[in-house]
Amino acid sequence: MERLRERRRQAEARWQALMSGPESVFFVGAATCGLAAGAEAVINRLQRDIERYGLKARVVRAGCLGPCCFEPIMIVRHRGLPECCYGPVDADAAGKILERHVMGGELCGEWALGVMTAESYGRVPSFWDHPMMKGQVRRVLINCGVIDPEDPDHYLARGGYQGLERALSMSPEAVIEEVLASGLRGRGGAGFPTGKKWQFARAAAGSPKYLICNADEGDPGAFMNRSLLEGDPHAVLEGMLIAGYAIGASEGYIYCRAEYPLAIRRLETAITQMREMGLLGKRILGTDFSFDLHIKQGAGAFVCGEETALIASIEGMRGMPRPKPPFPAQRGLWGQPTVIQNVETLGNLPHILRNGAAWFAEVGTPQSRGTKTFALAGKVARTGLIEVPLGTPLRQIVMEIGGGMASGKAPKAVQTGGPSGGCIPAEKFDLPVDYESLGAAGSIMGSGGMIVLDEDSCMVDIARYFLTFTQQESCGKCVPCRVGTRAMLQLLENITKGLGRPEDLQQLEEIAETVKAGSLCGLGQTAPNPVLTTLRYFRREYEEHIEKGQCTAFACRKLVWYRIDPERCKGCGVCMRVCPAEAIDGEKGEPHRISEEKCIHCGSCLTACPPSSAAIYRESGDLKRIEARRQLAATTS
Amino acid sequence: MQDNSSADGAAGVVREIIATFPSGRGSLIPILQEIQHRLGYISPESLKTLEQLTGISATEAYGVATFYTQFRFTRPGRHKIQVCNGTACHVRGGAQVLEEIERRLGISVGQTTPDGQFSLERVACLGCCALSPVVAVDGKVYAGMTPKKVPGVLREYADQGARSARQEA
Repeated sequence: MERLRERRRQAEARWQALMSGPESVFFVGAATCGLAAGAEAVINRLQRDIERYGLKARVVRAGCLGPCCFEPIMIVRHRGLPECCYGPVDADAAGKILERHVMGGELCGEWALGVMTAESYGRVPSFWDHPMMKGQVRRVLINCGVIDPEDPDHYLARGGYQGLERALSMSPEAVIEEVLASGLRGRGGAGFPTGKKWQFARAAAGSPKYLICNADEGDPGAFMNRSLLEGDPHAVLEGMLIAGYAIGASEGYIYCRAEYPLAIRRLETAITQMREMGLLGKRILGTDFSFDLHIKQGAGAFVCGEETALIASIEGMRGMPRPKPPFPAQRGLWGQPTVIQNVETLGNLPHILRNGAAWFAEVGTPQSRGTKTFALAGKVARTGLIEVPLGTPLRQIVMEIGGGMASGKAPKAVQTGGPSGGCIPAEKFDLPVDYESLGAAGSIMGSGGMIVLDEDSCMVDIARYFLTFTQQESCGKCVPCRVGTRAMLQLLENITKGLGRPEDLQQLEEIAETVKAGSLCGLGQTAPNPVLTTLRYFRREYEEHIEKGQCTAFACRKLVWYRIDPERCKGCGVCMRVCPAEAIDGEKGEPHRISEEKCIHCGSCLTACPPSSAAIYRESGDLKRIEARRQLAATTS
Repeated sequence: MQDNSSADGAAGVVREIIATFPSGRGSLIPILQEIQHRLGYISPESLKTLEQLTGISATEAYGVATFYTQFRFTRPGRHKIQVCNGTACHVRGGAQVLEEIERRLGISVGQTTPDGQFSLERVACLGCCALSPVVAVDGKVYAGMTPKKVPGVLREYADQGARSARQEA
């Protein structure tokens, strides 16, 4: 224990020197999202200029701060000025900021998102007053974007492993009590009380016991776990030690999807550092607690997010779920008592142990305490990773933090919970985001994916999209899920092609209820949610597709026809060149024509047509053509 | 990636890999992952060597491997293109980007170009939803993709391939 405290004192001194020393520091957001936005070019430019001007400055590769829409983002710390967050910055902007902020000693208002202090500085407002940040409460994400995730001293200096120290000074039962009292519920989506799960596992007979961190973030449209693992890996690992101690586990596995190579690398680095600090292995910090960690890479199967399928996968089998009970807490990995926790659940634990259950319960609602991170994406103006108290109204998240729709159009719905969740319509945006309210609305909290949809999104298409996904990912073990998802998908595909029949909607609902009730695991039990919620809130859109062959969002391709207005067409030939189906012809300078037989409804011509002509337009709801298609389908089937 | 085209070379690599893992069924998927990482794909020869050394039958291992989307059973192209099909990418036009790539390369998802330059995959989610739609080539992520940006991205790699081919010659 004393060794860790000594290490922390050194870490604090190093951190202090970094934060107020003579050296200037550039924290550049270099998580997967930042790198995709061009952070590497920014880092290269900064390093080149630091050398060129002989500056006393350094570049730190930080994780993701959250507002991904402003990436690449960097925070500049320079003596005599408040820390300032800039974004988006490209290499040239970075070079100019270096010259003016560090060499010239002034803030650069044109790129500034805000100063990192609570107060504004001159004309630069506080970053925390930025509309995207204002409603947020950062607890799990407290270190993301502001520390070097590969330097354990940064984590230690900011209170890292204090939660573990406190846990190890308590009995395992007392740790479980503390977590129970906090009201923490599983952040993977289902919301089972974490402390209760631990009680079962602690009481279960059998040794050794295992702890598994589920980092197989498989929901398309979710990246909360990736950001946390990349930005603050030690927080999750400290959480694993606390959970392992509480349940009496001696070994832990991190099951992380292979699509997250940077997260895996950061975890490997952090685990090596933990060994050096005596935080893994036999008799951790001189106590009786021994624990070791392994990383297992997922191999790409959504169903492995389900506990028993995940266990089968670690055991080297096909990732197929099995009936419960026995629950993993009784019989899990290799037949031993096993607890599986989501990344974010684990990320909350160091804070709960350090600050106490009462502190944790200060925010949130009585049933859903604490904060939740969400991956805000889709048609919203400001996209990124956010953290808000549970119970925050959906409207505040979409309209204030997200800044409304990027297109300026009206919002239509929010999809939460990915393929297991549902679509909440705009008229229900006053809904508080907590486990019970989302469940009552037909959706689920899920792990935190939040996709905002506007008028250009077709709800039938969204339902079809998710069913395509769950149908492909269904493991095939139980009939309701294997056959039911296929049957639902077939009906949805017909509807989006104009081949739907009025009786299809009732049939969809019947199949959906059967799949929900009869499937073996969570994948099948929740797969109908996207269909059921869209049928519940957007039935009119389904009816338009079926009765009029019309998709008002122009998203269902087979229901959209592209036409050329001969009055406006100048015959420039741009559309002809981009058409992948060679469906357009016409003489140069003469109005062009689209061949309906050849047209594949891709819309390339519409995007390509120069705005000065704007000769191409689209239509949906051509009943005559839909009728012909239906007859053709009837004769060929 | 080294060229281990001869069956003998592949068997040697598989032997090397298996030696680094603890014995037991739990190592099967990590071994398969490492084989794919080193050799590019899971060949029948690799599975045969695996059977000899671990006792896990080739059919059993194949059954496990085919369950997971990560594993491929044909030789991949020099550059791996992954088009994200996550929800955010879907609603912001990821399908059009995929179509344009398919059209430019003349192949569909799951195939490799005849010159062995590119293989094309569709993945569930790359986790860069805020920058959607995204495409990754050899792990490098391209944000805010549009059909118009496709030729430029492909050219970066096609040129590279041609250059290294010239150097080799």
